[in-house]
Amino acid sequence: MTYTIKGKTNDWELVIGLEVHCQIISNSKVFSGASATFGAEQNTHVSFVDAAFPGMLPVVNEKCIEQCVKTGLGLNAVINKYSRFDRKNYFYADLPQGYQISQLYHPIVGEGYIEVTTTEGTRKIGVERLHLEQDAGKSIHDMSPSKSFIDLNRAGVGLMEIVSKPDMHSPEEAGEYLRQLRAIVRALGTCDGNMDEGSMRCDVNISVRPVGSTELRQRVEVKNVNSVRFVMQAIEIEANRQIELYEAGQTFTQETRLFDSVNLETRPMRSKENANDYRYFPDPDLLPVILTDEYIDNIRKNLPELPAAKKKRYIEDLGLTPYDAGILIADKETALYFETASQNQDPKKVANWIMGDLFGYLNKSNKSITESPVSAQNLGALVGLINDGTISGKIAKEVFEIMIETGKEPSIIVEEKGLKQVSDTGAIETMIADILAANPDKVAEIKAGKDKLKGWFVGQIMKASQGRVNPALANQLLDKKLAE
Amino acid sequence: MSFNETTIKNIAKLARLHFPADQEEKFTKDINSILNWVEELKEVNVDNVEPLISVSMQEPGLRTDEVTTGELQNELMANAPESAHGFYVVPKMVE
Repeated sequence: MTYTIKGKTNDWELVIGLEVHCQIISNSKVFSGASATFGAEQNTHVSFVDAAFPGMLPVVNEKCIEQCVKTGLGLNAVINKYSRFDRKNYFYADLPQGYQISQLYHPIVGEGYIEVTTTEGTRKIGVERLHLEQDAGKSIHDMSPSKSFIDLNRAGVGLMEIVSKPDMHSPEEAGEYLRQLRAIVRALGTCDGNMDEGSMRCDVNISVRPVGSTELRQRVEVKNVNSVRFVMQAIEIEANRQIELYEAGQTFTQETRLFDSVNLETRPMRSKENANDYRYFPDPDLLPVILTDEYIDNIRKNLPELPAAKKKRYIEDLGLTPYDAGILIADKETALYFETASQNQDPKKVANWIMGDLFGYLNKSNKSITESPVSAQNLGALVGLINDGTISGKIAKEVFEIMIETGKEPSIIVEEKGLKQVSDTGAIETMIADILAANPDKVAEIKAGKDKLKGWFVGQIMKASQGRVNPALANQLLDKKLAE
Repeated sequence: MSFNETTIKNIAKLARLHFPADQEEKFTKDINSILNWVEELKEVNVDNVEPLISVSMQEPGLRTDEVTTGELQNELMANAPESAHGFYVVPKMVE
């Protein structure tokens, strides 16, 4: 562990834990038959269970159980064959029941780990638990000066809360843990990992201590830090704030703060009296969830290849750099695109095209890879055309532009536009002869030893052929002609 | 077990219950008498007995992942003390 912060009197190290809420991908909510999809008109995805009408009873969605088990297996974790639901009691307008159904005492998934690689090496970061709970509704505060507006569409959507151990010691490590976790849930199809839309939300627990000490000092929870970059920033800012306080001889209480990404500071949340007195008790409306070994093994058998294994394969079998492999596995769609495109093609070159030209275009036009006008097959074919000498790398860029506009196959574009590399030596020789004949003075200079002029001639050849001559071949034929 | 008035007031606050100051003593007495009555259960020896979470020991019924309901905006709003544009409207929750 080498990340430390230099204070006035001490060097300090950080102790970081993350609590990540992942919205479960399912058709319906965890305890009701209302749709769990995002973005509908207000209060149109709400059942009487979600709105907590009297006498309405929750029934567990089997899909949500399966998604939790899948995720647990992806986190190398213990799956608890016995789990149970508890009520976490608090009052808030977007929580109609007056309690959140959660799993305090018997979570569905126990301890596991995520392997995280940073500049300081690879470490296993412990996962404490994963439990299943329900999301709350949404409150909108800016529609009226005196009222809040409540939309319950999100109320009751299944959430997996994944709690790490206080195992991380640098902003980079925490950021990488979050990236890995996101890649895992995306690969498994258990959460879309979309932090902008709030389907993945992160709370950060931070404390600091003098380097070398093993004590756990007062921790502060920073809520709702909703991008990897913000998580890293919030950790640095909050750690520095705590260090300043300690070094000024002050102490502070365990509190919850908010990260302000505009002013780059953490601020105390309005303190709620008794906020943490949740009076948990087992939910009498729900029976324990009992899983069999057979059920768990069946899910295990059908797990897709996980990001860590995929990355290892990309590096070891396909020869990609760890950095490139890391980018390509970050989401399922990119990995699938890469694998389709690199079938029978040079994987490194395909990776370069994806991360260079394709990502460049997609970012600029704000498109996801699934919306790419250039299909994976066509990108692979383009790399193939370069490799077999049909077109030069330079012409390929031109073809790529046309592929973006038209979505056509590269071989058809090359055919239609006559972009095929000229490999007919006879034709090239004629071209060279013409150019030499038109510039006798320069030919004389070369023959007198001014070798640099050869580059100029190659340029003329490329110009005359509109870039369609293989430069190596042009050089070779030029030498031959000049030696005559 | 018995609760003093401070504890009773705290529980009432957490549960959003309000009772007049002149009734605090009465409520404290009443709740304590209920607690004392339930306390008798402690006389039963429950060593090695699993806590009973539900009286129904049947297999948990799980639901298949299908959308079966949800288009209930009108019905929901019909029961809301205040609503607008399909939203529940409540007193402002933030400053």
